[in-house]
Amino acid sequence: MNEKNIIELKNITVRFDGETILDNLNLSIRDGEFVTLLGSSGCGKTTTLRIIAGFLEPDEGEVFFGDKNMNGVPAHKREVNTIFQRYALFPHYNVFDNVAYGLKVRHLPKAEIEERVRDMLRLVNLEGFAKRPVSKLSGGQQQRVAIARALVLKPKVLLLDEPLSALDAKLRKDMQVELRNIQQATGITFVFVTHDQEEALSMSDTVVVMNEGRVQQIGSPVDIYNEPENAFVADFIGESNILDGVMKADYKASFSGKTFQCVDSGFAPGEAVDIVVRPEDVDIVKPEDGMLRGIVTSVTFLGVHYEIIVDIGGFKWMIQTTDYAAVGDTVGLSIDPDAIHVMKKSKYSGLYGDYSTFSDEMEEMNQMSEELAEELSEELSDSGDKEE
Amino acid sequence: MKQRSLLQRIIGAPYVLWAAIFIVVPLFIVAYYSFTDPNGAPTLANIKNLGEYGPIFRDSILYSLAATVISLVLAYPFAYVMSRKREKTQQIMMVLVMLPMWMSLLILTYSWMNILERNGIINTLLSKIGAGPLTLIGTPGAVIFGMVYNYIPYMILPIYSVMAKIEPSVLEAAEDLGSGGLSKLYRVILPLSMPGVVSGITMVFVPSVSTFYISQKLGDGKILLVGDIIERQIQAQNNYNMGAALSLVLMVIIVLSMALMKLFAGDTDENLYV
Amino acid sequence: MKKAIGNIFVGIIYFLLYLPLLVMVIFSFNEGRSTSVFKGFSGKWYVELFTNSSDIGIPVRNTLFLAVLAAVIATVIGTAAAVYIYYVRSKTWKNTLNTVTNIPMMNPDIVTGVSLMLLFVFVGRLVGALNSLNFFTLLIAHITFNIPYVILNVLPKLNQTDPHLSEAAQDLGSTPTEAFFRVVLPSIMSGVTSGFMMAFTLSLDDFVISYYTTGTDFQTLPLFVFNMVKKPVKPNIYALYSIIFLLVLAVLLFTNISGAKEKRKK
Repeated sequence: MNEKNIIELKNITVRFDGETILDNLNLSIRDGEFVTLLGSSGCGKTTTLRIIAGFLEPDEGEVFFGDKNMNGVPAHKREVNTIFQRYALFPHYNVFDNVAYGLKVRHLPKAEIEERVRDMLRLVNLEGFAKRPVSKLSGGQQQRVAIARALVLKPKVLLLDEPLSALDAKLRKDMQVELRNIQQATGITFVFVTHDQEEALSMSDTVVVMNEGRVQQIGSPVDIYNEPENAFVADFIGESNILDGVMKADYKASFSGKTFQCVDSGFAPGEAVDIVVRPEDVDIVKPEDGMLRGIVTSVTFLGVHYEIIVDIGGFKWMIQTTDYAAVGDTVGLSIDPDAIHVMKKSKYSGLYGDYSTFSDEMEEMNQMSEELAEELSEELSDSGDKEE
Repeated sequence: MKQRSLLQRIIGAPYVLWAAIFIVVPLFIVAYYSFTDPNGAPTLANIKNLGEYGPIFRDSILYSLAATVISLVLAYPFAYVMSRKREKTQQIMMVLVMLPMWMSLLILTYSWMNILERNGIINTLLSKIGAGPLTLIGTPGAVIFGMVYNYIPYMILPIYSVMAKIEPSVLEAAEDLGSGGLSKLYRVILPLSMPGVVSGITMVFVPSVSTFYISQKLGDGKILLVGDIIERQIQAQNNYNMGAALSLVLMVIIVLSMALMKLFAGDTDENLYV
Repeated sequence: MKKAIGNIFVGIIYFLLYLPLLVMVIFSFNEGRSTSVFKGFSGKWYVELFTNSSDIGIPVRNTLFLAVLAAVIATVIGTAAAVYIYYVRSKTWKNTLNTVTNIPMMNPDIVTGVSLMLLFVFVGRLVGALNSLNFFTLLIAHITFNIPYVILNVLPKLNQTDPHLSEAAQDLGSTPTEAFFRVVLPSIMSGVTSGFMMAFTLSLDDFVISYYTTGTDFQTLPLFVFNMVKKPVKPNIYALYSIIFLLVLAVLLFTNISGAKEKRKK
């Protein structure tokens, strides 16, 4: 990996139907890097990829490959190749002809095509499959054909649009390792798009977290996990308890009615902040030894550890621990100073809260049934009134 | 967001042009002829004259409504029986329903004439046992029969294709929840097959209300429908303006009846053309 | 019991459906000239079909020529149109196109025929032509009612293909045009073929629209039959349609059996 930027996106804005899909996006990708664009659907990650590939022209902003401005250069003249989400293999060709497609378009000599395709099929472990129609391949094999078809052209940059999403969990793990190995062996820059945070953390050199057409944070997987920049990133990557807090002074954060020692500084005294505490960084101790005290409301055994929900003053903490506690127990929580991460307030503050529910959908349904229950009870009391 | 290539833009040009000239413009030409006289001067005479064709419009609508209802009553149980057969049998049955559609309707109608006419096959057979002759042709019944015969496949196929898609598990679920026989038909099968019924109704009604050779052949010239008078105005009397006005009304009738269908059946959205 | 009633009912419908076809086949072998009084068995009408003296020869040739030409042109324009509609992004424009495409399918044939005829007459009068209807107006009419059915066959195929096929080819170095011909077209070929077949058979069979849009110089088989029906029909028409019946039966059986086999393979 060297420090030269191979791709640079400058102030990219894309609008469609009055909606802003990418909002003044800036991104630099270094040569040889494994970069992952991470975000949920609609965050603009695939649009970013399509702009690099040349399938989309931005409404504003510039695309650079090295020093060359690529605006207006069509896809077929760009030295990048793409692996599509559902592979987009050519259904009327067999494996060999699919892989050979790009070479044939470039009118290379037949012998060379033959050799390069064979080599490539060997690399992706599809040696015996050259004559097979692609419709007769399993999902994993189709995936390999797509990889071979792109890599045989020796691109400088490979773009991968959620390539593993159609595979089952175990195969996905294998392919993650394999893709990483291919990337390191070839030294090709990979720009990988996914919505799966685990995938992003395990494969990448650099993760770009995106939401609503904007970059939320760029950094190494470790940075992103340990030092999330705002509540969105903290909630999206891994599990986190996100609390409202106040910085009393440098290294002193106050939340849940107590003041804690922490390792963050540089905030104005009395500044309102978001506090992140990862579930695995909380220890359950005797009530009298705890910094905080609460009541256990649910315990789930997950094999490696227990997932325990503790209610502290109405806020539901999630704690992952190997120590058992029973529902209804009063327990104390102990948090080390370096487990407390302080973030500036952002537009996402307050959107992600506690662990009353795990999913937004469930939360919505709960709210609806609460409203319904209220209405019902009102109706019941109404009819009760009438009877009287 | 600009991303379509030149090819993707110009590839549609021939059709857009073609559709504009040969689909959209002719509709305006029909309107133009309806409101002008043979010299091209604007007039409402054609529209006013429509009044004298009132009974013919009424007959056309009544006969084709009758044909549509009869087709539905026959096609629905037919499609149901068909959809419950083994898959192979279903395929053969479908081919057998489609086959007459591929034959010339003219020939089939003419063949019916041979069967039904005064010295046709039925009356010949009847005379051998000393009965008859019966007047089978030249009656409204014969015309309605001809419509049902010609267009019933267009009722069977859409209903069948919807019914064949009903998962057996859905029917089992209905039984499991206590629906048997009629209740199952009424509460589950009927609502699920509605889209097929709707497109079947339009596919029978539209050609029935506009036919002219079925009424000519099986009506023996005694029964006139809208199609007949349009044909007469245009081919025999060269009165294009009146013919256009009649066509315009026919179009309006069809658009109205389709709107009515949509109102009743809700927006099924899918066109179930065969 | 219920099953038996159902089967009897279905049987009766089939009997009625096929009765005129049966009559047609029987009387195609009639020794006499009538199509309702059977004089005795003879194959002479079949023999007559294939002799030069047959009056059917020209209409048959005309019909085939017209159907092939109209279907080819409609398939080219219709396939291109389907591809265009598939890529159109504006919802309003897409809906407009779909609505216009539906018009010839929803309108009764007589209205389509009359409206096209009036257009031809109108234009003919503008340019001062004596006779505005001829082979070309008939061809235009056939192409017009064929195109929507081609689109109807191709568009679902396009929707089934991977939306990124064309992009994948461009990504690998093909120009958009090359990508279309090398990758997109081959993968929708089955829809194009069935669209062509449908257009071809619709053209073969059309009577109403042809009736209004053809000139005196060009007569197709359905028109010939219609004119003939005014006088008593000779059994040779029955003989011709019996042959057509056999051909259609063979084609339908073949396509259905091969279709079923393909399904089973999967």
